[in-house]
Formats: sequence, structure tokens, C-alpha cells
Amino acid sequence: MLEKALSGSKLYWTWLICLLVVIGAGFGAYLVQYNKGLMITGMSRDVSWGFYIAQFTFLVGVAASAVMLVLPYYLHHYKTFGRITILGEFLAIAAVIMCILFITVDLGKPSRILNVMLHPTPNSILFWDMIVLNGYLIINLVAGWVTLEAERKQLAPPGWIKPIIYLSIPWAVSIHTVTAFLYAGLPGRGFWLTAIMAPRFLASAFAAGPAVLILLGYLVKKLTRFDAGREAFETLAKIVCYAIILHIFFFLLEVFTVAYSAIPSHTSHLKYLYFGLHGHNNLVPWVWTALACGFTAIVLLVNPRTRKNPTILPFACVLVFICTWIDKGMAMISGGFVPNPLHEVTEYSPTGLELMITIGVYAAGALVLTILYKVALGVKAEEEAV
Amino acid sequence: MGVDRRQFLKLAGIAGALGLGGSVGFQLLKPGSLDAAERMPTPYQMVFPKSQGNSEVMPNPKALKGRRWGMVIDMRKLTEEKARAAIQACNYYHNVPDIPGKQTIKWIWLTGYVNAFPEVENPFADPEIKNARFIAMCNHCDNPPCVRVCPTKATFQREDGIVMMDMHRCIGCRFCMAGCPYGSRSFNFRDPRPFIKKEYPLYPTRTKGVVEKCTFCSERLAVGKLPYCAEASGGAMVFGDVDDAGSELRRLLRSRYSIRRKPNLGTHPQVYYLV
Ligand code: SF4
Ligand code: SF4
Repeated sequence: MLEKALSGSKLYWTWLICLLVVIGAGFGAYLVQYNKGLMITGMSRDVSWGFYIAQFTFLVGVAASAVMLVLPYYLHHYKTFGRITILGEFLAIAAVIMCILFITVDLGKPSRILNVMLHPTPNSILFWDMIVLNGYLIINLVAGWVTLEAERKQLAPPGWIKPIIYLSIPWAVSIHTVTAFLYAGLPGRGFWLTAIMAPRFLASAFAAGPAVLILLGYLVKKLTRFDAGREAFETLAKIVCYAIILHIFFFLLEVFTVAYSAIPSHTSHLKYLYFGLHGHNNLVPWVWTALACGFTAIVLLVNPRTRKNPTILPFACVLVFICTWIDKGMAMISGGFVPNPLHEVTEYSPTGLELMITIGVYAAGALVLTILYKVALGVKAEEEAV
Repeated sequence: MGVDRRQFLKLAGIAGALGLGGSVGFQLLKPGSLDAAERMPTPYQMVFPKSQGNSEVMPNPKALKGRRWGMVIDMRKLTEEKARAAIQACNYYHNVPDIPGKQTIKWIWLTGYVNAFPEVENPFADPEIKNARFIAMCNHCDNPPCVRVCPTKATFQREDGIVMMDMHRCIGCRFCMAGCPYGSRSFNFRDPRPFIKKEYPLYPTRTKGVVEKCTFCSERLAVGKLPYCAEASGGAMVFGDVDDAGSELRRLLRSRYSIRRKPNLGTHPQVYYLV
């Protein structure tokens, strides 16, 4: 089936070449980092994780959100999602690949990455994260490919694939739960020490992932003749709507607990993010933008007239994306590290090289996604032509 | 201790053959050794027993042995001068680089009272304490979160409580830095060697990309010597066995009131501050 990726329009090839150029630039930046060490990043002794780990956290959510298509389709036989489930699964594959790349570029000694497997350490959440991420990648590759292959041959998918697809449902939940546990179980980091970290992550994931999928759906509709169908978009939009409401609700729960208990080691992080601490306020405009986007998106998505409007819906999806991306891709990590355990404030902002590497990884993800979508849409087009 | 390792293994073998398994056999061979343990293992230690440190192929007969090492810092004795001497000794003998800025490396350093003890802030505390500069270092916690989170066992705890770093195992994920609630760890964001003013040839330097921290001078203990900081501090820092009720360290802890950093987190720090 892969040969479908080898023929395409001029636009397709230009896009691929652009991505390759960006990947190349990112790789060049990575070589600099590889030689000089992580000193080229904005990270520090106090903020020891930065943009890479933040993007990883965000993208785990995008990957996990495929379950929002798989579950209704396979568990509830919701036929409307039949045409786009594969797009969700392939988005998950691209997202997991980006996650693994982000973890790799974040390591101080990437050449020793196999130590995680050579010295398995079940008490480290990172060990489990590696297992669930790789497992999820394999599950989605197998499930996506086999069902697509069957579709091409106009056959029913083989029976053995069913249990794997069902397995992918709890597995998707597990990848984001385990990722939340990376943060949630650490003593002395008040911002992360909350039991609703995992549900919060899942809520924002189920908002961000389907929002991205809606946007991709529109894009695909523009570029090819493939249309997921109005009903599929509408259902997805409802999912985004509920999820973004939950996301904001969970955030408010955190605010209540932290503010009402007024324990300084917990309040100081929120203070830093939303009002600034001791004159340090890099993130303040960002987090308020995120909140504003979130609330606006809720208004647009709750109201059926705006939600069903094909020009307003993508706009709302962009707002959801901005809201969740700032929340996880920026504030979640810095907010946990600032102030540091000694109540000192060291701020973090990524450097140019760090951003280039980040963009390079995103471009690699886009490349994988483009190729997978090309194959999937090629098969769908073939099938419809018959 | 009356029984050496060889003898002990032999006796253990016999005891095993006689079916005296587990703690019963142990009790018979080393009476009282179990009751002597004053502290209960934490739940974490019960589930994940200590990773074994130094394989004692050829133990130095002079090596200092302790059941659980700890440090007492006497804030009445610790002048700024003594503190600096201790810090300097540690930095020099461990080739700790002097990197300016926020990507610096710190094994042992001076910090304010509110920074070392953020949650015991008291606006009316004795100004002498409030304005004092405290020594911060790795606490060699009894229940160390840094060990718990490390995915490669590059951070591990020895039987005698010392939390060690295996620089050749570390992948530089910096999870331990997120896990340590005391900011005791540093990451080599760059090659540290150009930042070592004068290299001490008997201690290894590190490479970029690994995490490092205070090791309670395990290399000194192995040859029967006290940690550099304890030696250089003019008696303000006392190193000893916290499990030995007869030790100087325990005498000090009985005689004065002591505090530990963030005791509420359950990490059981083994650095005690006499205030
Ligand atoms: S002080 Fe920090 S680095 Fe040292 S043992 Fe405790 S948790 Fe680990
Ligand atoms: S940075 Fe090194 S020591 Fe720290 S958790 Fe990772 S592998 Fe372990």
C-alpha cells in the first residue's frame, strides 16, 4: 500500500520537500546540541525540563485522543466515524513518533537510551512511560494498517485484529495517565502534586486531539475529494465541546483547592503563572490568552448555531488548540519548576536552537502524517471509484 | 562486628542447610542485630529493597563502616568562614566546575534560612537564625525520591544510606532533578572540564549530559577518612552513624534541638541542623 505515497500532485511533493528542509534544519540544530550539550537550551538547574518535555506531554494527549473515534466506532458501532477512524489512528501514530523524538532530543546522553531497557526499573514511571508509548505505537500501526489493507481488498478485517483494537482503548487512556504520573507523584512540587492531574490531562487531550482532527478534516476536504461527512464533524465538535468544558472545570477545581487551602508551596506556582512572582511574569500574558481562548471556544461550541457553522467551527477548534497547547506545552512544565524548591525564581524561555529542534520534530511528525494520510486517502479514493 | 563476611556466608550456608531461613537464622548468627535497627523501613523500602552499591571485592580494612551515615551541622559554630572552607574543599577535591549563570553545578552551597526551610518561615524568629546562612547539600534521604524516579538505577542507595550516582549509567533524563525536593542535583549542561580552575587528579571529572551531586565523600569513607567538608569545617559539621546511639553525632542530636529540611515530605533527610 505504501506505493500510494509515491505518486502525488505537485503540491504534495512541494509540501514533502518543504518538510524535509525543515527537518534538515532541525537536525542541524540538533547536531549543535549533540556537540555542545543541552547548554544551548534555555533550561537550567532550576527549570530542568523545558520545551521538549512540554511538547511531548501535549502530543501524548493528541495521540491518546484517537480513542475518541475508536471507542464510538468499535464499541458502539457508531457508523458515522467509519470513514475517519483511520485518520484518528494515523494521527495517533504520528503523535507518538513525535513524543519519542522529543524524549530522545531531551536526553543528556542519547547514546545510552537503551539503558532504560537494559536496566529495567519498575519503580520509575519513565520506564512505564516507555512501555506504554511504544506499545501504543505498535497497536495503532498494526490496527490501522490491517484494517486499511482489508478495506482495500474489500474484505472484512481479520478476526484477530478485534482484540487489538479493543486493547487500544484502555491503552490510550494509560499513555496519558502514565504521563501524568511522571509529574503527579513527586514530593515537593506543589503544582504537580494533584490527584486530578491524569483526568485533567485526558480532558485537555480529548479537546485538543479531536480539534486537530477536525482541522485536518477540513484541510483534507479542501485538498482532496475526501469528505468525512457533516455528521462526523458535528459529533467530533460535540466531543471537543464537552472536553474543553471539562478541561476548564478541572482547572477551576485546582484553583479552588490551591487558593482556598492557601498553602504557600502550592499557591506560589499559580501566582507565578497568573500574576507573576517577585516581578517575574514571563508567562502571565500566555496563560491569560489560554484562558480567554478556552472560554471563547466554549461559548462558540456550546451554541449549536455557531458549532454547526462550517466557518466558525474551525475557528473554535483553533482556539481550543491554542488554549490546550499553552496549558500543556508551556505552563504545565514551567509552572511546576517555578519557584524552585528553595523558593527562588528562575524563569525559563526556549532558545532559538531549541525552537528549531522543536519545529524539526513537528515537521517529522507532519511528514509521517502526510504519508500515512496519503496512503489512507488513496485507498479510500480507490474504493469509492469502484 | 564480630563476624566477617566470609565467616558469615559460611555460617549462613549452614544455617540455611539447617532450615533456619530468613530472620530466624539471622538472629541466631548475629544476635540483636535486628533489634538494633531503630527505624522501620518505609513502605517504599519494603517493596524495593536497596540496590547494592560497591561490590566489596577487596574491602579496605581501614574503611569507615556505618549502618546509616548522616551529618549534623551546628549552626552556632558554623561561621561564614568555616562554611566557605568546607565548600571550597569539596569543590576542589571533587573537581566541581565553576560555571557562572543558571546552568551552574552545586554540590554544597550557602543559602538563606527561608530558602533552606521555606515552610518554617517565622517573621519573629531569632534574627540570628533568620539571617544566618545555611549549608545546603544532598540530604542522603532515607527514602529518596531521586532513587525512586531514576529509570536506569544510575541513582541508587547503598546499604549505609548514601545516595550515589553512577555517571556511566546516567542517561541525563533529569527526572531525578524533578524528583528531588531540595534542589540538590545539578546537570552537566555542558562539558565541565574547561570550568575546573585547578584539577585534582585523584578524582574523576565528569562529562556533559549527566547529573551529579554530593556523595558524602564515599571515596574518603572507603579509605577510613571523614568527608572533606566535615574535616574543613572546624567541627561545625559532624559526620557519623545515625544508627549508632553512642556516636558523637547522636550525642549532639540529644543535646540540642535540631531541624531537618522539609520533614513533612517523608523523605527522612539525614542532614540535621542544630539551631
Ligand atoms: S536530597 Fe535530593 S538528591 Fe539527595 S537523596 Fe534526597 S532526594 Fe535525593
Ligand atoms: S538523569 Fe541520570 S540519574 Fe537522573 S534520573 Fe535520569 S538517568 Fe537517573
